[in-house]
Parts: sequence; C-alpha cells; structure tokens
Amino acid sequence: MERADAVATPPPRGIAQVLAAGVGRILVSIFVPVVAFVVLWAGFLWLKDSGAPRIVIVLVAIVWGIGGVAMLYVVANWLTEKLPATWQGRILPFVFVGPALAILTFYLLIPAVLTAWASLFDANGQEFVGLDNYVYSFTNPEMVTAIRNNVLWLVFGTVFSTGMGLAMAVLVERSRLDRLAKTLIFLPMAISFVGASVIWRFVYSYQPEGQPQVGLLNAILGAFGLGPVSWLTGEPLNTILLIVILIWGQTGFAMVIIGAALKGVPDEMLEAGRIDGATEWQVFRRLIVPSIWPTIVTVATTIAILTLKIYDIVTAMTGGNFNTQVIATLMWKQAFTFFDAGRGAALAIILLVAVTPVIWYNLRQFRGRAI
Amino acid sequence: MQRKLAVLVGVAALVAACGGGATSAPGASGSPAAGGDLSGKTVTVGGAFVDIEATNFEAAVKPFEDATGVDVVYNGDKSFEQQLNVQVQAGNPPDVALLPQPGGMKNYASQGKLFPLPDDIIASIDANYGPGWKEVGTAADGKVYGVFHRVNLKAQVFYPKVAFEAKGYTAPTTWDELKTLMDKMAADGTPPWCIGIESGAATGWPVTDWVEEIMLRTVGADGYDKWVSGATPFTDASVKTAFQTMLDIYGNEKYVYGGPQYIVQTNFGEAPKAAFDDPLKCWLTNQGNFITAFFPEAITADLDNQVGVFTLPAIDSAIGTPAEVGGDQAVAFADRPEIWAFLKYLTTPEAGVSWQKAGGALFPYKTQDLANYSSALDKAFAQSLVDASFVRFDGSDAMPAAVGSGTFWTESVKLINGQQDIDTTLTNIAASWPK
Amino acid sequence: MRTIKWSRVAINLTVIALIVVWTVPTIGLFITSFRDKQAISNSGWWTVFTNPQGAFTLDNYQKVLFGGDGLATAFLNTLAVTIPAVVIPILIAAFAAYGFAWMDFPGRRILFITVVALLVVPLQIALIPVLKAYLAIDLNGTFLAVWLAHAGFGLALATYLLYNYISQLPKDIIESAALDGASHFTTFRRLILPLSMPALASFAIFQFLWVWNDLLVATTFLGTDQDVAVMTSRLVSMTGSRGQDWQLLTAGAFVSMIVPVMVFLALQRYFVKGLLAGSVKG
Repeated sequence: MERADAVATPPPRGIAQVLAAGVGRILVSIFVPVVAFVVLWAGFLWLKDSGAPRIVIVLVAIVWGIGGVAMLYVVANWLTEKLPATWQGRILPFVFVGPALAILTFYLLIPAVLTAWASLFDANGQEFVGLDNYVYSFTNPEMVTAIRNNVLWLVFGTVFSTGMGLAMAVLVERSRLDRLAKTLIFLPMAISFVGASVIWRFVYSYQPEGQPQVGLLNAILGAFGLGPVSWLTGEPLNTILLIVILIWGQTGFAMVIIGAALKGVPDEMLEAGRIDGATEWQVFRRLIVPSIWPTIVTVATTIAILTLKIYDIVTAMTGGNFNTQVIATLMWKQAFTFFDAGRGAALAIILLVAVTPVIWYNLRQFRGRAI
Repeated sequence: MQRKLAVLVGVAALVAACGGGATSAPGASGSPAAGGDLSGKTVTVGGAFVDIEATNFEAAVKPFEDATGVDVVYNGDKSFEQQLNVQVQAGNPPDVALLPQPGGMKNYASQGKLFPLPDDIIASIDANYGPGWKEVGTAADGKVYGVFHRVNLKAQVFYPKVAFEAKGYTAPTTWDELKTLMDKMAADGTPPWCIGIESGAATGWPVTDWVEEIMLRTVGADGYDKWVSGATPFTDASVKTAFQTMLDIYGNEKYVYGGPQYIVQTNFGEAPKAAFDDPLKCWLTNQGNFITAFFPEAITADLDNQVGVFTLPAIDSAIGTPAEVGGDQAVAFADRPEIWAFLKYLTTPEAGVSWQKAGGALFPYKTQDLANYSSALDKAFAQSLVDASFVRFDGSDAMPAAVGSGTFWTESVKLINGQQDIDTTLTNIAASWPK
Repeated sequence: MRTIKWSRVAINLTVIALIVVWTVPTIGLFITSFRDKQAISNSGWWTVFTNPQGAFTLDNYQKVLFGGDGLATAFLNTLAVTIPAVVIPILIAAFAAYGFAWMDFPGRRILFITVVALLVVPLQIALIPVLKAYLAIDLNGTFLAVWLAHAGFGLALATYLLYNYISQLPKDIIESAALDGASHFTTFRRLILPLSMPALASFAIFQFLWVWNDLLVATTFLGTDQDVAVMTSRLVSMTGSRGQDWQLLTAGAFVSMIVPVMVFLALQRYFVKGLLAGSVKG
C-alpha cells in the first residue's frame, strides 16, 4: 500500500529541477528546429552539388520533397504549439500558408513587380521613360494586330472549346461509346505543344500546285479538284487555323469536366420537364445548362486564360510571322531579339492586365461560398 | 511524444553528419593562371550550329585539346543568340561565344561583357588573315574582340551540272546575261529559281542576303559601308532599287518555283533540293557556300560532278563582283589563359584542317593550304575568297541587332508575303534603326 | 408537344464521327513516323493505305532513340525532372489550401486573392529574375533548379485547385474534430489529407502533364546540353541544321507523347474527380 502511494505521488521538485526543466525545454525548442533546418539545408546543398548518379539524386529529391517538407511543417507546428494560445492562433495559420506564400512571392510576385518597374524604363533599363513603352505598344501596328489576334483566340478558342465540349458532353452521355469517346477526345490534351505542332504540320502543309500534297487539308481539297491553299500564310485565316489546334486540345477537357458535372444533374428534374411537354432543346437550355453553369464558367475561364497567354503554338507553327503574332510572342521578340527590356516588360504587363478580368470573374464564383 | 521526438532528433543529427560532403559541380571557373600548364582546364563554347556542323567543329579543335590537355566543350543551340542574351544578363555566359553577327559583338562589347584580344593574338591575326577581317572583329572602342574561324562566301549560284549542260545553258557573267538565262528557262517550262526563306526565329535572312548582294553590286564599297553604318537610310532611292530588283524575281511566279507563298514557308535548306529532283522543279540556288551540306546525300557524295557554281554576276561592270562574306567570330566572356590559348589556336590555319577535309566549310586564312579542301568546289570558293580585292561582311550581320536580326528580316517577310508594299517596308525598317 | 428523341443510331454515328475527326491527326503522325524521308516529302501519309510500298521503316525510331540524338537520355532526364517537380509542391499546396479554407486569420482573403491572382503572371516574366537569383547561389543548371522552378510556378494553380476541394469538405466533420480537441495540425493530417486524395491525385496528374511537356522552363534553368536536356528540348533541336528532318521529328514527337498519354489514360478518373469538386451541385 505504502509503496503504491510512494509511486503515485511524485516527490516535490526543488528550484534547481524547475530551472533545469525550463532551460531544457528552451534548449530543445531551439535545438529541434535548428537541426531540422540544418538537415533540410544539407539536403538542399547535397541535391544541388552532388555528383552521385542521377537516379540517386532523384530518389533523394523525392524523399526530401515529401519528407523534408513534412518535417518542416511538423517542426513548425510543434514549435507553435508551445506558444500561449492567443499567439498560437495568430501564428499557426501562417505556418500553414507561409511556405506557399514565400515561394510564390519569390517566383511570381517579385518578378512581376520587377517587370512592372522595368516597363517604365528604356531598352537598357537606364533611363526613365514613364509610359512611353505602353504608348508605343498600343500604337505599333504589329501590336495592334497582336491584340486583334489575341481577341480572336479568346473569343473563338473559348467559345468553341467550351461550347463544343458542352454539346459533346450532352451527346456522348447518351451513347454507348461514352467512355471511349471521352478518352480519345481528351487525349490531345496530354500532347505537348511541340508534339501538336508536328501533328498539325501534316494537316496544313502546302505544296505548290501540281505537286503531290502532303498535308491533309490540301489533299482533301485536291480530291474535289480544288487547288492547294497555303493555309498558314494568309491572315486572318491562319490565326483561326491555329486556334483550331487549341480547340482540338481543349474540347476534350471541357467535355470531360462538363460531362462529370452532368452526371450530377438529377434525372427526375429532367423527366419532370419532359413530362410537362418541354422539347429536348428546352430541357437543355432551361434545366441542364443553368444547373451546371458554375462548371461551365470554370472551364471557360480556364481556357480563356490559356488563350491569352498562348505562345508555343504560334511560335512552333508560323514563328509569329504572317500576322499571326500574339502579345506573348511580341513580348519575347522585344525582350530577346531586339534586346529592348523596357518594351518587353510593358508587353508582359499588358498581358497580365488582360488576363486579370477573367480571373476576377472566376473568383466571383467563389464569393458565394463561405470563404 | 518526448521519446518520439528524441528519436527524430537523433536521426536528423545522423543525416546531417552524413550529408555534408558536397562535391562541387564540374566546369566551374578554373584556378588562377599557373604558367603554361593548362591541362585539365575547361573552355565552354556556345554557338548556333548543331548536328553535323557541331561534330565537325569538335573534330577541328581536337588537335588543340590533344596538344594542351584543355577540354573544349561545345554547346550548340538553334536559338543560341537569344539564349545567350538571357545567359549574359543573368551573369552566366559561356567562356567563348561564336557570334554570327558583328552587331551582337559590338552590343556586348559596349556593355562591357567582353574581353579584348591580347596583343599576341592580334599579331597572329595580322599574320594569317587578309585585309578586312580584323576590322570586322573590332568594336566601337577600337579594340579587337573577335577571331574568325569558319566563314562563308555568299552570292554563289548553284545548279545541277549535268541537266544544266544537257540543256545547253551556260553560266552568265553579267546581270543582263542572267536575265536572259532566267527568261530562257521560264520559256522552257521550268522556273529558274529555287528559293526558301523560312528559318525558325531567323526567317527572312536569305532575302536580306539577296538585297545586300545587289547593293554591293550597285553602290560599290563606299556606298555599302554608308548603308550598313546607317549613314544612308533604308528609305534612300538606291536601297529601294535594290529591293525592287529582288522583288522582280521573288514576286514573279514564273521565275520562282512555288511562287512567293511557297517561298515564305519553305526552309532555306529544303528549297535547293528541288533542283536535284527528277524531274527537277527549278534550276538555280543563290546561297552561301555552306548550302552544299544541305544537298541530298547522293549529290554531296559526288559534288564536283553533280553541282556547278557561278558567282552572282556583276550589275555594274565598273564595280565588278565583290566577295560578300559572313562568319562566326569567337569572343571571350572571361579572362583566363586557357581561353586565350584556344582563341590563338583559332587564328591559325591548323584550326581548319580537319574541316577542310570533311567539306562544307571555308576558312579565311591567307596562309592556309588550299590542297586540303576535299572538293574542287570548296577549293574554288577558298581561292576566290583569298584573291578577292574587295571583301565586305554580310550587311545585316553588321547592322545593329534590332535591324539586322530584327526588322530587316521580319519586314522583308511581310513584303514577300504580299502584306505590304516596298515603301512601307523601307519606312518600317528605317524607323527601327536605333538612335 | 412533340418530344424529340434522338435515335440511338444517330447519336452513336455522330459520336463515332467525332472520334474519327479527333484522332485522325494523331494517327497521321503515327503513320508518318514509320515512313522514310523521301516518302514523307513526296506523298501524304494516307497513301500508305492505297500504296503500301514497303516504305515502312523502323529506322526513324532507331535513330531517334539510340542514335547520336540521344532521345533515350532525354527520356530519362524528363523523368528525372518531372517526378520531383510534381511531388514537391503537393504538400506545400495542401497545407496552404487548408489554411485558407479552414483557418481564420487577418488578411486571409487578400492573401488568397493574391495567390489566385498570380495565376495571371505569364511565366516568361519570371525567367530572368529567377535566373539571376539562381546564379547568385550557384544553383543554375542543376536539376534542383528546375524542380524548384516548376514547384514555384505550379503552386498558384495547386493551391487554387486544392482550395476548391478542401473548402467543400463537409463542415460538420471538421467541426466535430475540433470539438474533440484535435489541433489544426492533427485535423489536417488525419482527416483532410486522406479525404483530399482525389484532389491531390488530380493536381499531380495536371502538374505531371505540364512539366513533362514543358519546354521553356527546362531550357532556361537546365540547359540544352545533351547530357541534361529534356525531350521537348531535344525535339526542338532535332530539326537540325540540315533543314527539317521531318522523319526524325515525327518519331521523336511520338516517343515523347507515349508516357503522358499512358499516365493520363491510367489516371483520368482521378483527374476529373479532383478538378470537379467544388463545381458540382448537390
């Protein structure tokens, strides 16, 4: 009995012990994060400089990426939990969102700010020229054409990709081949722009009249006795044809996403509509579309942003020649061919500003939710 | 929790102890000069040519590597000039860059990124090169930065020898004779010219070559210099006449296979092949001597018998036929003994021997052995180059980059594609000349 | 009123027609990759059906994979670049998404809007500043440089996607966990992460496709040296100074496509589920 009592009640602690415990706690609180940081840093250095076989480096990177990051959070969290509750409430959220914010600031925010700053200076970044670069951008005929082209990309690319995706989703859903269709039509999205440009070369290729045609379109024309057309050198048809490549890639994306949303539309509602005498078209327009509208908007805005930033397809197919240029290709030309840092930066900022309304509209969708 | 933490800490400490041994990346900047022993050092070289040309370059520098133990590492990239700009701005250029444009060299020199050649290399240039080469490698500050290795000769017109002679055609020696020949060929049913100007980010450069060649032949040495330096603007009547002469050919479907819309989307290396097809689709290709490397394999295997060449004829007999040349100049972005040793090697004829034998390359050294060239064709090019009394560098390469590799190319493409007329083209180019 | 019922046959026929139109271009590429250079320049690929002259050759693939062009090395390089570049941002984004979705702190809205706003930044802008920074710490040209760059550029989208999903998780589960005394961290670890698997998988696939097919980031931070170049880089340099070796290019393009297509085929289910969350009603 007594022994149990002796064990159950801990002996009173002296001042020395309290002090030691406190100091111990502080030391550990410092030691642990420091060690964690050192380990992460050592990992970083090793990954950076090591001459080990690539596969080893890759494996270490994966471990470091998951494990290291996890450890970082664990330690940060553990540290924070040591703080008094009010402080905890203030600091903990930043433990969660901090790293992402820091990385984004370094990779995107700061460069964006630097670019905005550079756009106010001349070609070498020496002389302050204010809004001159912007004035030049909007009055330069090449730029005006680029803006026209981006508008074409935006309107045609988004409307057709989303519209066709919607129509095809509705159609395919009623077919036995829906899974095959979804897979094959979505497939082009997995193909790189470089790969896509090779593929479409063989569709648009032009050989002089009388020569055997290597491109599919001209061959089809030839089968009807019509002369070959140089598709990519005549504007604005050439831009439209380039947009077709985007539509080819993105319609599948739209179709699949919208298709999945369609599955969530309650059948009873549709049946009720049909019983009330609505035609298929009315069912579609008045019942289906409104109920999946948020999905349609999400898809459309994603594609819209893509069209405004488009660069690879234009560069690979025409090099931006024949009046197919877009803002992103001009930006590259100004910055890297003409070595005009100021104008290149101005174009980048213009692109940024152009994309913003689309993002803003997308964000509005989520205001309705409990943010 | 405490126990778990202790284990974690222990493991962490172990890993930290093991992870310390970092090896530094190879190819980092070398240690300070240690007299004459350069073995083990590395020189990185950047350039725009790839594939077979890169292989030939590496073979050409091998004697230097064997003799000194220096490792010369070449990295080729078709968008080299743009990549280089990014690298220079970020502080990370290769040790040596092979710049195709004196304009680019002058740009970098004025930004203070290049190191001028030391005196012994300049002396080597004086000993081994003919007049004009040193001047092209000189920047605005009067210092010499560039060393020329492989060069090319422009305004060479190639034709399929066997078929040409079978038709009874003869090589023209004046511009009027050329026009007669063109008309004869057109009347016989085949367009005379094979032209292609597509070249990725550099699309349009062959047009500029034509215009420069015509300018050289119409305004002579002084007039040409004034134009290239900007003293004569693009809107001048002499320039307009040159553009018109070019357009008289390019814009005429009878004179060019496929017409202008085919020209703008056909790669410059693909276009000449049409002359060797059976039945051939066109006769003449006006290009630099390097184009022989792009001919079909069957043809290059038997070059001297299959291919004939004549120099683009004179327009004004008083001016004659000057040699228009182009070429990469090697410039140094860093100051290290192994780099200078490499550049000095490039000024000697030895640096060209293996490539002379492999074919498809031309070297400017007046002290070279012409017998090394593998084909009679190459030998002839080299001879005319060395003998030329009046040599001028490719104009667009010598102009400021914004024009020479910018508007001169892009506006010309628009002109050929029918998007605008000559006056608009010239005005646009003139407007882009940096003030 | 008449209800129009589209006949099964008509629907299926239309769907087949759509499938054909969509896949024909890719089939064209596939067939072309087995033809030699002469055949490619002289006749369309469809002629192999009417005129199979034995122009069928495996040469292109052989040259492309094992020849001096080193696509085999490039393939491994692409793999080496892609996997870590997918793995590293996932956790970081998940933590951030949870923080924005379920934690309350001053500036939460502004910061989140900033994150999403960063989606507009074209990544060309970031190239030179990031390159300069990398050089200052001697990081450029390493695989680590590309991994971090891809992670950085991908975080905006990742956070956005994961936020969409995590914010839609049933409130009651999370609240009851809090009532049970679980800290945010525990909730995240034990509840959110497992529940968010579809979204995480979805983002992983998205990022995988994006990184695998990327040209710009790899070229800038890793370089075009054959030793380290990724497939898209090699493909672009493969057109060569000899004009356009289309026959090699087609085989090369196909090789570079196989992996993303397979990955996509295997995992498309997750891709859709994850992206969709937050947009589906009911």
